[in-house]
Amino acid sequence: MSKATDITKIHEQSPYYDITLGNQVYGGGGAAMFNTGEWRTQTPVIDWDKCTHCLLCTPVCPDSSIPVKDGKREDFDYNHCKGCGICERVCSFGAITMKEGI
Amino acid sequence: MKKNIEIRWHGRGGQGAKTAALLLADVAFNTGMHVQGFPEYGPERMGAPITAYNRIGDSPIRVHSNIYNPDYVVVVDETLLHSVDVTKGLSKDGAIVINTTKEKDEIIPLLNGYEGKVYIIDARKVSMATLGKYFPNSPMLAAIVKVAHIMDEEVFLSQMEASYQHKFAKKPEVIEGNMNALKMAFEEVK
Amino acid sequence: MSIRERMSGNEAVAYAIKQINPDVMPAFPITPSTEIPQMVSTYIANGEMDTEFIPVESEHSSMSATMGASAAGARALTATSSCGLAYMWELLYVAASDRLPLVLALVNRALTGPININCDHSDSMGARDSGWIQIYAENNQEAYDNFIQSFRISEHPDVMLPFMACQDGFITSHAVENIELIEDDKVKAFVGDYNPENYLLNADMPMAIGPYATSPFYMETKMNQRLAMKNAKKVILEVAEEFEKISGRKYGFFEEYKLEDAEIAIVIMGSAAGTTKDAIDALRDKGIKAGLLKIRVFRPFPGEEIAEALKNVKAVAILDRAESFSACGGPVGSEVKAALYDAKVGVTAVNYFYGIGGRDYTVESATSVFEDLMKIADGSMEPEQFKYVGLRK
Repeated sequence: MSKATDITKIHEQSPYYDITLGNQVYGGGGAAMFNTGEWRTQTPVIDWDKCTHCLLCTPVCPDSSIPVKDGKREDFDYNHCKGCGICERVCSFGAITMKEGI
Repeated sequence: MKKNIEIRWHGRGGQGAKTAALLLADVAFNTGMHVQGFPEYGPERMGAPITAYNRIGDSPIRVHSNIYNPDYVVVVDETLLHSVDVTKGLSKDGAIVINTTKEKDEIIPLLNGYEGKVYIIDARKVSMATLGKYFPNSPMLAAIVKVAHIMDEEVFLSQMEASYQHKFAKKPEVIEGNMNALKMAFEEVK
Repeated sequence: MSIRERMSGNEAVAYAIKQINPDVMPAFPITPSTEIPQMVSTYIANGEMDTEFIPVESEHSSMSATMGASAAGARALTATSSCGLAYMWELLYVAASDRLPLVLALVNRALTGPININCDHSDSMGARDSGWIQIYAENNQEAYDNFIQSFRISEHPDVMLPFMACQDGFITSHAVENIELIEDDKVKAFVGDYNPENYLLNADMPMAIGPYATSPFYMETKMNQRLAMKNAKKVILEVAEEFEKISGRKYGFFEEYKLEDAEIAIVIMGSAAGTTKDAIDALRDKGIKAGLLKIRVFRPFPGEEIAEALKNVKAVAILDRAESFSACGGPVGSEVKAALYDAKVGVTAVNYFYGIGGRDYTVESATSVFEDLMKIADGSMEPEQFKYVGLRK
């Protein structure tokens, strides 16, 4: 199992001999494969009329859930946003509000 | 069952008794022998009594313990005679070599009735005369080599010269003094 | 032709490190292993090797840095003793579970309480369940030879476990003795280059090392460590066989000295083995059939092989150089007795303690143990367990 195994094939039912050497995780960005958005208890919602695309929210997101394309932010990646609300705090224009539930 | 010569060194921390034991191991090794040279470690403090040991022989040495029944004892500092039982376990067929300014008949009463041979040498006199400083190491080393007949004196001197040339490569001026200390010690030990 | 030299055990290990020329050596000094990093840094300063030496602020850091270097893909090692090993404790388990091949030169010294700098095995025995390979040396020669073999075992793809190369503090580390060294080019060829399959600095395959393992993964990970330790048994013997070809010196899991026809035997590790051999020779001269089993490899523990080697002995004393305070035996004693039980070897076994905190173990000490065994073997004495050899009474 010491080759760069495809770790997406390893799960909680995998037998010991299928687990990588020292639990090593091969390949970058593996977190993108797991839907952690369902852990949310609050959900950020963007008001596009107020958003100025200043991009202050993007770097503070702990889950890289605010994608940017061509210098402008896009809607939240709800598959990975955990609803921490930091983006709401840093937004200077009141463009982000936290809504109860998913 | 005694196959090897066993020597115990008594000195004080900082005087070089351990270095002398390692030097003796070195020169015996250079003449093809099997050797052991090791100190007895504890909390080391300058001036505190220390003990070092040598085993020297023709066959590999397997024992790894201190020496309790030495064939020879070397006392690098005579003030130890009052506080340390230097002849403890020392073989009657062996000998003790003591660095002292005193005469033998003054020293013998301090040796707890030791019945073997007693040798004395004034290592301070030898060292001051040849090196101008007090390094009792070299004279005591020569004295024990002579007393214990560890090797031929000429062989010892040529080995030590080679060793000094290596050790003092950057200050060759001290080699001659050290060699003279060894030669003078051969004469002075009695 | 091997090189005839005289060296202390610490010098011998430092010389082996010079010949291996690893990529990285982080270290923090502690008696009696201080000389090893000191000598290695001198070799580096003199341009005799090009290892990256990292002076760190503690043993927690030296082990962390060694693990980091190994994870990055470097061949890395460090050295320590006693409380230094204790300060590495949590990392020891991580190095093993992360399957990082690396080597620790351990110069055995009693763990403090009361403070003491002399030899016993309480430091490494405490770490015996951390998942490291542990090999013990009788003298400077074995300390050198074990070290030369260490990386080959640790880095083997079927093993990938950290390696603790142990020698007795002061007794061998500071005693100058004769030694046969192997030429640089032979050592280099024997040890070979280290080419890990996956490593952190490999830009072609990014990876994470040491992730959190939830209970669905933790036990499976431990099973894999155990299998690696089992594989190490095979690899240790293979590497020893190859080492014999370049050195002429034979190594196995343990050494048997006059054990074949022995009626009484001592099981011991480390420098006390040589002292025991001298006691055996004297007893043999008197017609007493005494023998020795000197354990070299303690992890993985060669239980079946030890039981097989002891099966014809009438009485055996297993000597521990570390207390476990189980009030029911020391680490070596407990494991050897368990191995005898599993193999259904019915030899009478006593477990004694010796050499703790540097208490001298002499030929007379070994002889006194054999005298007990003679009486136990002929039925004139009831076996007394857990005796302290050399205790003042």
